[in-house]
Amino acid sequence: MNTNTLKLIKYQLRDVMRSRWVIFYLLFFVLVTDALFRFGGTGDRVLLSLMNIVLLVIPLVSIMLGTMYLYNSREYTELMLCQPVKRQQMFTALFSGLVLPLSATVAAGISLPFIWNGVFISHFSALVYLLATAVGLTIIFSALAFAIALLTEDKIKGLGLAIVLWLFFAVIYDGLILLVIYMFSHYPLQQPVLVISMLNPLDLARIALLIQFEASTLMGFTGAVFQRFFGSGTGQLTILLVMLTWIGIPLGWAARRFVQKDF
Amino acid sequence: MEFAMKNLSRRIFILLFLLLFAGSSLLAAPSASPSAEREIRVSGNIAKAVENARPGDVLRIVAGLYEETEITIKTSRISLLADPGAIIDGGGKGHIFIINADSVTIDGFKLRNTGLSHVRDWAAIRVESAVFAEIRNNELENNMFGIYLSRTKDSLIENNRISGGGDRESNSGNGIHLFDTERIQVRGNIIQHHRDGIYLEFAKEVRITDNKATDNRRYGLHYMFSKDSEYSRNEFRRNNAGVAVMYSQNVDMSGNIFADNLGPASYGILLKDIDNSLIGNNHFLNNTIGIYSEGSNNVRVEHNRFERNGWAVKIWANSTRNVFTGNAFTDNTFDVATNSSRHYNTFERNYWSAYDGYDLEGDGIGDVPHRPVRLYSIIVERNPIALILHRSLFIDFLDLAERVMPALTPQTLVDDYPLMKSPLP
Amino acid sequence: MISITKLEKKFGRLNVLRGIDLDIHPNEVTAVLGPNGAGKTTFIKSLLGLVKPDSGSISIRGKAINGDAEYRSRIGYMPQSARYPDNLSVHEILEMVKDIRGATDDTDEELFHAFNLKTELPKKFKTLSGGNRQKVSAVLAFLFKPDILFLDEPSAGLDPVSSSCLKDKIAREKEAGKTIILTSHIMSEIQELADKVVYILDGVIHFETTVGSLLESTGEPTLERAIARKMKGAA
Repeated sequence: MNTNTLKLIKYQLRDVMRSRWVIFYLLFFVLVTDALFRFGGTGDRVLLSLMNIVLLVIPLVSIMLGTMYLYNSREYTELMLCQPVKRQQMFTALFSGLVLPLSATVAAGISLPFIWNGVFISHFSALVYLLATAVGLTIIFSALAFAIALLTEDKIKGLGLAIVLWLFFAVIYDGLILLVIYMFSHYPLQQPVLVISMLNPLDLARIALLIQFEASTLMGFTGAVFQRFFGSGTGQLTILLVMLTWIGIPLGWAARRFVQKDF
Repeated sequence: MEFAMKNLSRRIFILLFLLLFAGSSLLAAPSASPSAEREIRVSGNIAKAVENARPGDVLRIVAGLYEETEITIKTSRISLLADPGAIIDGGGKGHIFIINADSVTIDGFKLRNTGLSHVRDWAAIRVESAVFAEIRNNELENNMFGIYLSRTKDSLIENNRISGGGDRESNSGNGIHLFDTERIQVRGNIIQHHRDGIYLEFAKEVRITDNKATDNRRYGLHYMFSKDSEYSRNEFRRNNAGVAVMYSQNVDMSGNIFADNLGPASYGILLKDIDNSLIGNNHFLNNTIGIYSEGSNNVRVEHNRFERNGWAVKIWANSTRNVFTGNAFTDNTFDVATNSSRHYNTFERNYWSAYDGYDLEGDGIGDVPHRPVRLYSIIVERNPIALILHRSLFIDFLDLAERVMPALTPQTLVDDYPLMKSPLP
Repeated sequence: MISITKLEKKFGRLNVLRGIDLDIHPNEVTAVLGPNGAGKTTFIKSLLGLVKPDSGSISIRGKAINGDAEYRSRIGYMPQSARYPDNLSVHEILEMVKDIRGATDDTDEELFHAFNLKTELPKKFKTLSGGNRQKVSAVLAFLFKPDILFLDEPSAGLDPVSSSCLKDKIAREKEAGKTIILTSHIMSEIQELADKVVYILDGVIHFETTVGSLLESTGEPTLERAIARKMKGAA
């Protein structure tokens, strides 16, 4: 990475890490995780509850905050682009300035209560898996946020689009899957349903976590098929590849647009 | 007074009778067995020593490797006690011990390699038509069947460690196999890597306690056509299909642990046509299905802990008059699933971690009834593939809608007195 | 020298720049004027590389600027209103731009001292007053001794003392051989500072002349009246 990029990231991080939303976000995860320990008890139960929170909160916050962040950085971006700074460098700095603090905040906010409750080591691998998924979702939905903010200059329209997109991935898409399952219940559906669920990054993350934390349920009659696929090395690799694609496409589009656009 | 006198004379009579009986047995003993307490050390051929043994003999087998098969015991009242390090290797050619006599004890052996047969059921210890057999402290390894009792009564199988071999499911046998038996005690055994850990067919008054059956390829315990039996305080873990109890009556299943039985057809307990039985104080942890009940009636399910199972209880509509009470359902994906909107079982005073009601009176019982059947469980029952949507926000909305305006879930399956706190520690 | 030839830019169906040809010379202050929506901003942004022209070329000292970022190290830009990251202090903002410019110690801190910004150094940008933000922006424009200066409404929001400080600075830099491009709504300011006036209307250069000859040809005493008369004459 270019030294100019690193310098830009450095100052971007310095700014963002001092902003209020990062502190709120950190506090949110610390308090929720700690509360789960207080009321629920064991590390396993906490992980299971955290899974729901990760799937619900992270995409929503990442896409909303990310869209707003890029809109609010507009003037600063223009200023920096009048300096001898390449647009790619600025884009990388802006994206890192969003994704790094968000990811670090989630990781720290969840890990800290595990450490002071003394179960960090014993749940290390499961925790790492959860955090990796959380970071994956953060990056994907931040990339989508950037794409939205670069698609339209209108803030209200952009935020509306962000909510609609989140609703689509979180709720509507699954409704459509269920519809398909009911409509074609007489056909062998396992493969197609597997493929369509993988096309939604939120479903993919959800399934990846289910396999990890709640195998007992998915081990039912059909579950075994999913378990076999997603639990295998090929399956895990596929999950990773699809997630990378979900980062690559919106981010690539956004970067191209950022480089070509008129400020 | 008259009554007291009568009572006293009766006691004296009993005392006299006992004295006479003891005396006669003392007198008779030498003639029946002139050389009682004979202890013979065996270091050569065990089969020959057994053949020469007389009733009452104790054969002490010294340490060493014995390569023998089909050691047949036809003399009653003999004990074979092995020194530590006494190993009999069947060399893959048949049974190791065949017991055809009463009151035989096999203790402390290491028995291995019966070999496999498609035609016959080879066992390390085979007991056929006997009473008072005692099989204790043996270590069984890589045998087709471990301990096989048939038409046997009043016997004991205790503290054996039984481990099957390899991965040849098709012809591998059971760890402990009881066929047509009465009053057998099976306790403190550890059984692994067999087809079924413990298999019972046509058993009466069998007590199975404190055993551990893990990693067996089919059931940890497989129970058929048996009655008046009990299995308690056992641990069943990671068996491919869990535990099956079928076509039996008056079974007492208490204090067991059923854990990590995971798979497409894996159960904590599979109940099929079970009547008048008790499932109490068990712990069902992380199974695909905790209790699966088909055609079972009058079963009391009390004070069990259901924790982190896929389905805690799956109960078919043909199961009736079963009572679930005092149980704790914690963090199961589905607490109760069923296949029909009608049902005739009772759920009362259980604790449900999924309960979101309140207790304004503070009497520990929720003020709003709890319906443990989720709409999603019905969807999954019809289309198992919908499991892929588990924990989706969309499904949460569906469940919420169903709770507000119930339409598809069974209206009679309801706990009117849900507990606010788990009744179990 | 900056040469602009046949510069065109459309936003959708809107023709914002319709073929602009202009040479901007060093040792001069060139004022770019025009009514709102005439294409002034787009024109300046094209020079800064913020807007990508559809056709035409811009070259600085004979070198075209297409897609290059490096040429901007020779430009100092003072925007109309600057917004740097809220949570960085003035000190950090100065450090940051220095860092990115890879600047040596050879910096021009004259304005920094003239504006008395030392006391503002530890303050976060979001707590600065509008005037102080403008001062920071001005300091940054001159800090790296650039050959070319873009000053967009430079005195907006500045108090009279600071404003005259800045004007003196602009005059001195011009004398030192810099190329200076200026926009402003205050005609007296332009009259005071500018040598040349470039008037853009409907995406083309309506006229281009020196301040002196404009006043002379119209016979008006002030630039404001001179332009008003010239435009009336055109209409």
